[in-house]
Amino acid sequence: MEYVVISFLCLAILLYFLLGGADFGAGIIELFTSPKNRSKTRKTMYHAIGPVWEANHMWLIITIVILFVAFPKIYSTMSVYLHIPLVIMLIGIIARGTAFVFRHYDAVKDQMQEVYNKIFIYSSFITPLFLGIIAGSVLSGQIDTEAKTFVAAYVFSWLNWFSLAVGLFTVALCGFLAAIYLIGESKADDDKKRFIKKAEFMNIAAVVFGALVFITAKMENVPLIDWVFQNNVGLIAVSLASLSLVLLWYLLLKGKTKVLRILAGFQVTMILLAISYAHFPNFIRFKNGDHISLFESIAPIKTIDSLGWGLLLGSLLILPFLGYLFYKFQQKEE
Amino acid sequence: MDDFLAARSQMALSLGFHIIYACIGMVMPFFMAVSHYKWLRTNNQVYQDITKAWSKGVAIFFATGAVSGTMLSFELGLLWPKFMEHAGPIFGMPFSLEGTAFFIEAIALGFFLYGWNKLNKWFHWFTGIVVGVSGLASGILVVAANAWMNSPAGFDYVNGQYLNIDPIAAMFNKAWFSQALHMCLAAFTATGFAVAGVHALMILKKQNKDFHFKAFKIAAAFATICAVLQPISGDISAKDVAKRQPAKLAAMEALYQTQKPAPLLIGGIVDEKNKKVNYAIEIPGALSFLAHGDFHTEVKGLDKIPESEHPPIAITHYAFQVMVGIGSLLVLISLTYFVALLRKKPLAELKWILWLFVCAIPLGYIALEAGWVVTEVGRQPWIIYGVMRTKDAVTPMPGIAWSFYLFSAIYASLSVIVIFLLYRQIKMVPVLYSSSHQSNIK
Ligand code: HDD
Ligand code: HEM
Ligand code: HEM
Repeated sequence: MEYVVISFLCLAILLYFLLGGADFGAGIIELFTSPKNRSKTRKTMYHAIGPVWEANHMWLIITIVILFVAFPKIYSTMSVYLHIPLVIMLIGIIARGTAFVFRHYDAVKDQMQEVYNKIFIYSSFITPLFLGIIAGSVLSGQIDTEAKTFVAAYVFSWLNWFSLAVGLFTVALCGFLAAIYLIGESKADDDKKRFIKKAEFMNIAAVVFGALVFITAKMENVPLIDWVFQNNVGLIAVSLASLSLVLLWYLLLKGKTKVLRILAGFQVTMILLAISYAHFPNFIRFKNGDHISLFESIAPIKTIDSLGWGLLLGSLLILPFLGYLFYKFQQKEE
Repeated sequence: MDDFLAARSQMALSLGFHIIYACIGMVMPFFMAVSHYKWLRTNNQVYQDITKAWSKGVAIFFATGAVSGTMLSFELGLLWPKFMEHAGPIFGMPFSLEGTAFFIEAIALGFFLYGWNKLNKWFHWFTGIVVGVSGLASGILVVAANAWMNSPAGFDYVNGQYLNIDPIAAMFNKAWFSQALHMCLAAFTATGFAVAGVHALMILKKQNKDFHFKAFKIAAAFATICAVLQPISGDISAKDVAKRQPAKLAAMEALYQTQKPAPLLIGGIVDEKNKKVNYAIEIPGALSFLAHGDFHTEVKGLDKIPESEHPPIAITHYAFQVMVGIGSLLVLISLTYFVALLRKKPLAELKWILWLFVCAIPLGYIALEAGWVVTEVGRQPWIIYGVMRTKDAVTPMPGIAWSFYLFSAIYASLSVIVIFLLYRQIKMVPVLYSSSHQSNIK
């Protein structure tokens, strides 16, 4: 059952990254769209994510619940030492979710719309930035359980170059995912062209920030290069990711829009795999060299059993329903 | 403000905020389903308009409920890491099932809101029912988790260690049923009265009368029936509390001395220093009856409980008074309404009844918040009753006061925006649903 629970944890993180990421990305793209095209972008976007955004964000909640039920030590350590970025991320989530709904359901369309839009696009940027920073901090080894001062314990645990680079990298990936997703959703040609441009832009940004992640990893003594390049899985994953990128651009030029999504999703999955494989099952690294590993911090067996069954039965109920939702709202567009 | 107090206040604030949205999200789908059903049956356009108008309100509340709930699942750790570290694996079962229920709810809501004209109409109706049922299920599950904090079960606490964990037994702890029942009724009562009151106000303002009358009737039916059942379930809760948390019961009634038989106090000002209650009306023996079903039994007072385990007495007592007071008032309003219905007088002529409903708009929610204050403050100083103290669970990070101010500002502005949006929705009813004007002609 441990493996079931851990698989669900990984799956939930991955799906949140892909679906929630595309969702955030839509706002990021809006942010980087010139004001005159924004309202068009917004329309396409609303059509694409309106029915599913709520469900996309459930993956975050599933992740959290699995963490606190099955890996309470990890949950409590993160809550204590990464309190500040978590709070900022939460504020981002609140601002974004509410602004998105408010701007749609405000019965009067007036200058308030501009306010909602501003909140929406900035929080779409900040939230994944801090998600990335949190992920980076878990790996960065800057969490110091013996710290004596406030700043050392609660600020430098996450404020470092490596975490920042991971944050920016995350933002770029989200934007990339969203651009690819929206290409398939847009009907007008000029819309499509704009999203292709955006995809290019985000792709370049991702490569730049990706490089930055490696550079800062070196600076902060995170053995990232070893994790990725010193084992076969990491190597294969990275090669597959690069290969799929080439394929992706080839298909894009050919105008095949639907396969792109699978490729983009695959690519991001490979990147996550490359980063985390060698590190697994260790989860949090501390300054003094300690780790918290998934297996050592796991809850007692009865808890894991019932959680595992709960997850299995739950997904039996959920997945067909969710699939049907996506299918139904894809279909009507044709 | 000291950090411990700030953490408690922030938790209370977040929960108090979430509960309002959660209750609306739990209850409104049922109202919508009724009106939707009537539309499908009668083809009367007004019912479809009502369903659509309500569903917009629900979408606003659902989003706010979902984000505030997401906040809470983080806040449990951000504020009480020691608690979650030990409690997570024990009371996590309802939370993981709740995750499933939320998920189903979110998916079904996607279908419901975006499915007009796209789905088979009965399937569409059914997705609305699914939203309601899964919302209710998640409410019950979270309350089961909270009940565990009041009545810990499913583990052995040996020398500071939590052994033999059994999540199923933890979920079906002694308090879950009485709390969940009372909570569900409260959700229907509070939301029902609020919705009915708003529509009553619009009738009084003579806007779209047909629309608002039909909406009012649906909401009022739910509200009044549940309001009448509420004291019965409250009595079950009280008997339960008397058994499992005598300190809470004593604080609710500000019963400083153990008495046999014990009187019930109505009103009164608590004097915590001198350990007595001034100016209260006493009903002899009534507390014995409430707590144990017999007018002569002894009721344990605060004198039998070590001072270090006393909850804040004044707050608990006042909150309890507020809840019961409002509960009784709502029962009266409901009975009046039933009588009016039986007499078959057209409601439009009974303006004063509509005004009663208008006055009751906030009451249900005030009672609901007060009830939670009774439950939660009455549990203090324990976070897990009898096992872990709240002050041992709080985060070691200093500066929580700032986070409390920040969140207070956020919640305040969110509330303002939501009220503003609803105001606009209601104001736009004549424009958006013009068909309701003409439905008789059509
Ligand atoms: C519309 C709201 C509402 C109304 C009218 C009432 N209640 Fe209530 N009450 C709640 C809403 C509520 C609540 C907010 O839902 C609580 C908090 C925790 C819970 O399970 O329900 C609660 C808790 C609560 C508790 C504590 C339960 C516990 O700690 O486990 C008792 C003893 C009562 N109630 C008793 C009553 C009585 C005797 C009422 C008589 C009129 C009453 N309530 C009306
Ligand atoms: C008595 C207390 C509570 C009740 C009755 C309740 C009920 C609900 C309901 C019905 C929803 C659905 C939102 C809607 O339809 O508007 C919801 C959302 C949520 N609640 Fe609560 N809740 C309570 C307390 C909590 C607590 C303590 C937590 C945190 C641990 C929590 C976590 C969540 C989460 C994560 C969501 C968002 C899920 C979603 O709808 O997408 N809730 N809650
Ligand atoms: C939604 C309705 C609820 C409201 C309005 C509410 C209200 C409160 C209040 C007023 C406090 C502060 C008590 C004090 O420190 O004096 C508190 C504390 C707390 N509540 Fe609740 N509560 C609700 C439901 C829940 C649920 C469903 C859970 C968990 C499953 C929960 C978990 C907690 C925790 C962990 C604390 C902090 C520790 C403590 O003070 O004991 N609450 N809540």
